[in-house]
Amino acid sequence: MPIVTMNVNGKDVSGEVEGRTLLVEFLRENLGLTGTHVGCDTSQCGACVVHVDGKAIKSCSTLALACEGGKVKTIEGVAKNGELHPMQAAFKENHGLQCGFCTPGMVMTGLDIVKRRGKKLKEETVRAELEGNICRCTGYHNIVKAIQDGASKM
Amino acid sequence: MSDQGVGARVARKEDTRFLTGRGNYCDDINLQNQTYAYFVRSPHAHAQIVKVNTKQAEKAPGVVGILTGADWAADGLGGLICGWAISNKDGSPMKAGAHPALSNDKARYVGDHIAVVIAETPAQARAAAELVDVKYKELDAVVETGKARKRGAPRVHDEIAKNTCYEWAIGDKAATDAAFENAAHITKLNIANNRLVPNPMEPRVALGSYNPAEEHFTLYTTSQNPHVARLILSAFIGIAPENKLRVIAPDVGGGFGSKIYVYAEETVCLWASKRIGGRPVKWTCDRSEAFLCDAHGRDHETKAEMALDSDGKILGLRTHTTANVGAYLSTFASAVPTYLYATLLSGQYNIANIYAEVDTVYTHTAPVDAYRGAGRPEACFVVERLMEVAARETGVDPAELRRRNFVKEFPHQTPVIMCYDAGDFDASLDKAMEMADYAGFEERRKKAARSGKLRGIGFSNYIEACGIAPSAAVGSLGAGVGLWESAEVRVNPVGTVEVLTGSHSHGQGHETTFAQLVSERLGIPLEQVSIVHGDTDKVQMGMGTYGSRSGAVGMTAISKAIDKVEAKARKIASHLMEAAEGDVEFEGGNFTVKGTDKSLAFGEVALAAYVAHNMPEDTEPGLKEGAFHDPSNFTFPAGCHICEVEIDPDTGVTKIVKWTAVDDFGNIINPMIVEGQVHGGIAQGVGQALTEGCVYDADSGQLITGSFMDYCMPRADDLPSFDLGFTTTACPSNPLGIKGCGEAGAIAAPPAVINAITDAIGSEDIAMPATPLAVWNALQANAKQAAE
Repeated sequence: MPIVTMNVNGKDVSGEVEGRTLLVEFLRENLGLTGTHVGCDTSQCGACVVHVDGKAIKSCSTLALACEGGKVKTIEGVAKNGELHPMQAAFKENHGLQCGFCTPGMVMTGLDIVKRRGKKLKEETVRAELEGNICRCTGYHNIVKAIQDGASKM
Repeated sequence: MSDQGVGARVARKEDTRFLTGRGNYCDDINLQNQTYAYFVRSPHAHAQIVKVNTKQAEKAPGVVGILTGADWAADGLGGLICGWAISNKDGSPMKAGAHPALSNDKARYVGDHIAVVIAETPAQARAAAELVDVKYKELDAVVETGKARKRGAPRVHDEIAKNTCYEWAIGDKAATDAAFENAAHITKLNIANNRLVPNPMEPRVALGSYNPAEEHFTLYTTSQNPHVARLILSAFIGIAPENKLRVIAPDVGGGFGSKIYVYAEETVCLWASKRIGGRPVKWTCDRSEAFLCDAHGRDHETKAEMALDSDGKILGLRTHTTANVGAYLSTFASAVPTYLYATLLSGQYNIANIYAEVDTVYTHTAPVDAYRGAGRPEACFVVERLMEVAARETGVDPAELRRRNFVKEFPHQTPVIMCYDAGDFDASLDKAMEMADYAGFEERRKKAARSGKLRGIGFSNYIEACGIAPSAAVGSLGAGVGLWESAEVRVNPVGTVEVLTGSHSHGQGHETTFAQLVSERLGIPLEQVSIVHGDTDKVQMGMGTYGSRSGAVGMTAISKAIDKVEAKARKIASHLMEAAEGDVEFEGGNFTVKGTDKSLAFGEVALAAYVAHNMPEDTEPGLKEGAFHDPSNFTFPAGCHICEVEIDPDTGVTKIVKWTAVDDFGNIINPMIVEGQVHGGIAQGVGQALTEGCVYDADSGQLITGSFMDYCMPRADDLPSFDLGFTTTACPSNPLGIKGCGEAGAIAAPPAVINAITDAIGSEDIAMPATPLAVWNALQANAKQAAE
């Protein structure tokens, strides 16, 4: 089996994978980084969003081997020195999560929205940008608030 | 109120682990030497299973074992059960078809479980499952609710005539018919309550593990009620006695009802672990399987009539409902279209005469059971649609017609079992109308019209019944279990507290709200309280979380246990301070002797209880108390939601421009969490009204909406922000005054949306989901009718 090497959350890692192994499988099964979730099988729900080379991607539809030499950031790599990142803190303060399953993907997408659209985000912008992330618990009301709030504090 | 106690907007204790990827969901758990299961499922809605040939599959790489319905039958285990027995109108029992975990004779819906392949890796299990050769003889299927009882319809269960589980009724038929004879006006509607797929974001998972040396089973599962799961797996299916079966439901990623039930998959994984010699067996559902096999929700067809007198007072309500339970009766399926539905048909109104008939039918589709609201959304939809249409037909303002009929005195006994204990329906209507600026609506409608848009407004004055209880009452109605809750409050020697609860949190934030109650009562910081749930080895027994019961029932059990802890601590404190118990006060975490400076902190008393050097006579060491709470009545959350929509007539697209929700949940522990529950409920209700509909091909029984690409889950840009308000009448049926909030939004929202859309487009009715195509078609039909 081929060996894939990448940098995940600042650490160089490698592991044996099959050609068909998905990035999310490599993260969850090989590396034990279970914060990245699988909520569907059609690349719709966004629970699996991670950053690869600075871009938000769905790790359920990315091959692990396609990330060879890449720089991957998962939800486990967002908080620094035991302090929540402002985006994570905003989710907590605004009650932007309930069951928590979609949350890692929402935070990773939220960070990506800020990167592309800036720190002053309109409600419509956030709602439109969340097209690829499904939440069943919150009705999005507090997720939208959390992303706007988190963005303003970054 | 302290900043951490009852009523405070405390950020959730559980959030940090979810926000940092440290949640512990079932699929995150792996056991040594674990194997993986993949289910062979029927591709046909109805077929004879002629032969299951596993020979090729057994030779596939990595295969550990393959088990079929024949193996299940050979082990003499019971089938999956339905825990609520409903009687027919004539008193005879309902007909529940056999529900094997692996089918041995027939496949009865697309996705029905035929065999399980167990292998070293998930990919190997899936690949080998492709090699299991099942020879089917295809049979005709009955798919649509309305066709199940038709002459010549294929039978789902050979022994059940007319595919009818039961023909049930409630209310006084003769009196209701007489009320209709005297009516000045009768409003009639045919209503379809669309079938939904619950879709919690975490798919189901089962990890079964058998230890042959101990003859002991452990099941990790995505359950809303692990103790109920253990009871069913043990007492009814017969996997193992309860003392040899531990069920753990760790972090669970949403449930909405669909994780109440005991399904084939966890049953089979548990059994299979023993069958393959004790290696753990893990199954992780993929979303496509979830669409096929998670219990669906709703699916009613109802003919409804409301009789009014010349003053707009309701004289009677008459309904006939056909409810589809799918191919098999799921765990609580029989109760949903009966006691959770028809008992709420009085709504917020004083209706002297109600008669409701329900025929519940089998079809070749996935089982249907409780989904957020469970019967109550269907009832609310019937009542609130009738109300709106009656208002339009009689030319009375919809708010005014509701107001004329409100129940105003409590307790109020309805003709359909429920006795409403408290409420103020005028208050929530008034507040909602003010927040929604109802008075200014016609101006907004005109303004919208000037830019070519159709604006409409719709009310929904819902009531629901939560905390299904008391146990003796539900027992008399056919429930196989009691619906109490248990709690244990363990005070540690240093005064920190663990609360063991039979409730289960899968998004509701119990670790925070329950701790707020303890913090308030015992005067200790939130950080010093831990909530333990979801493990049958830790919590003795519990009934779990559904039906918005955890606050009203689960927290009341905790409160009763705290009462006992406080009483014992007071006794010890009095002894230590050499004072009469009656002279000792407990406030802010300190026991003090009235009128003196003698004081002991709660932690000091706890330590004294465990050191036990100086205890009152006849007092045991330690500080740990348990309680069971069996409520005296249901609770009745109620409120008024107002939806305002704007429709683009060129595209049929409905935009919700304003949502006002005013709810009366009784006393509230954490407003932030309660608001979140309302938001989520509304979103699911809006989903039902605008986007979601589970569709099977009417002939083949194939699931058309089998993924998130076909089944339209509401997304962020389908929804507005919501304006929330509250009114409060404390619930008199529990000491905390709590009513429950989990399902209100999902109950209230659908009729509010449909009332608003029909108001905007000038149609009497439109079916859910009111997609842009459906709205556009309705507008074209209206235009055609106007032209004629």
